[in-house]
Amino acid sequence: MKTLSTGDLKTISNEIRGKLVEMSYRARTPHLASALSCVDILVAAYWRVLSIDPQNPQDPNRDRFLFSKGHAAPALYVTLAYQGFFPKELLETFAQPGSRLAEQPSPRCVPGLELATGSLGHGLGVGIGMALGARIHSRSYRVYVLMSDGECNEGSVWEAALFAPAQKLDRLVAIIDYNKWQATGRSDEIMALKPLKKKWEAFGWSTYEIDGHDFKALEETLSRVPDGSGKPVAIIANTVKGKGISFMEDDNNWHYRSPDEKQWIAAQKELGLL
Amino acid sequence: MRNAFAEEIAALAAQEERLVFLAGDIGNRLFDNFKARFPTRFYNCGVAEANMISVAAGLALSGFRPVTYTITPFNTTRCLEQIRVDTCYHQLPVVIVGVGAGLAYASLGGTHHACEDIALLRALPHMTVICPGDAVEVKLALRAALQEDGPVYLRLGKKGEPVVHQKEPDFAIGRAITVRSGTEVCLLSTGNMLPVVVEAAEELSRKGVSAQVMSFHTVKPLDEDCLADIFTRFIVIVTVEEHSLVGGLGGGVAEWLTNQPPLKGRLLRIGTPDTFLHEAGEQEYAREVLGLTPFSIAERTLQAHSLALSTRLAS
Repeated sequence: MKTLSTGDLKTISNEIRGKLVEMSYRARTPHLASALSCVDILVAAYWRVLSIDPQNPQDPNRDRFLFSKGHAAPALYVTLAYQGFFPKELLETFAQPGSRLAEQPSPRCVPGLELATGSLGHGLGVGIGMALGARIHSRSYRVYVLMSDGECNEGSVWEAALFAPAQKLDRLVAIIDYNKWQATGRSDEIMALKPLKKKWEAFGWSTYEIDGHDFKALEETLSRVPDGSGKPVAIIANTVKGKGISFMEDDNNWHYRSPDEKQWIAAQKELGLL
Repeated sequence: MRNAFAEEIAALAAQEERLVFLAGDIGNRLFDNFKARFPTRFYNCGVAEANMISVAAGLALSGFRPVTYTITPFNTTRCLEQIRVDTCYHQLPVVIVGVGAGLAYASLGGTHHACEDIALLRALPHMTVICPGDAVEVKLALRAALQEDGPVYLRLGKKGEPVVHQKEPDFAIGRAITVRSGTEVCLLSTGNMLPVVVEAAEELSRKGVSAQVMSFHTVKPLDEDCLADIFTRFIVIVTVEEHSLVGGLGGGVAEWLTNQPPLKGRLLRIGTPDTFLHEAGEQEYAREVLGLTPFSIAERTLQAHSLALSTRLAS
């Protein structure tokens, strides 16, 4: 089933990025750059790694993917729609009054959504509960939690980081979308985040640092769970905020800004969609 | 109350395979029996209460019935964000158990007092708030809480409280229990004040005033049928709680009352003042200082009763 080439994945990523720019343009919503930075992680996970059937999204044996950086939710919505969890037409209602697709997801808003997020620092603890649940039930599913680097400001992340290795939850994966920015500045300057990899290692996680836009590296690392160490896995995915649109890349103004019509068209051209 | 809880949780775990017990690094020996019998369903989550609530939510999302347990303020106000977002927003069946209600741990200082928890948890959508009055009610409340489909907060005292119920009363969430019948005033007690309130009723009886006592164990949802009945039958209704007057049982009853047409009964609220207690001392001392003794409750009830009578005569 999963025989897509890296080129195919790149095409999917570009389409998703194009849709994200369009949604931000039409709905005038912020957090576009945060969504763009994690697209390749989502594509690698959903198209190459996760065992989740869009036709049976409540299968108790499915892998769990918790999207903890809820402010970037459009990236998840588009991913789920393109995977077939719900009709793509629903994306047109994004952030409109009365839509099921709010800027940040509410509980059970669409099939495939595991957790309502938006307030940072919740996903990892909930993921631990799901991983413990798997062990009690003797199920072999894996639990992936995607977090932002800014999210690692939250104390609750580090409570969870201390607890998961104590329970030897080797089917739990923390992925950090390390785009080096948070809302108002560099994530290394606002809090002493560096050295991020060493921090997770010191907390007892089997830690990998990869290029978060390299499909091969993403697939290999996300697939290698459990990795034989007996520890939970942390993946520091180095990413570029605003990835894919030259005038948004690494420019934190796009944390809040939404594109105008000219910028939307320019972005579609860059992505090869026009 | 905590010993009754420990016994009951082990008994229920034998019947309910989905029950998973999470403790915040307290009550270690208390749960030895549980741990020995159900080793895969007991987790000491350490001194990390926010994470404990999130873990409980993750378990609930995986089909389990988690119960979290630690000292009241740490299992409520410290992790209010996680209770709000993970359990209430998602409407998950998590039972949150706070041990050491109100001033039960008075001697440990203000950090361990819990006089705001009812107010804060009561404000959260989907949350049920239960404050059992004695060890018998603890067991019944836990049993009922595990049947609920949404989050439940269970507020326990500590240990050694007098047992009020000589036999198991009928227990349902949201239905107050009549502990003692009376005709003139009605005392509504929530949580660990029940034995004190029963004594206050005896004192009132000695003073010639017939007092009914009800264990108003569920603060949310309020037993509105009961309130509608007693506010038409009694001249004075007194709420008593080891909790702030802001937002607790008294607050809830007052909110209800403002939406009613004029009723016969007058409301008197007895609880802790809007301040912190700084002095050393055990629970008995704290109750003395704050007017939560049988004598003080009876005195204030008598005053309210006299006032209500004279007002009625005047009109």
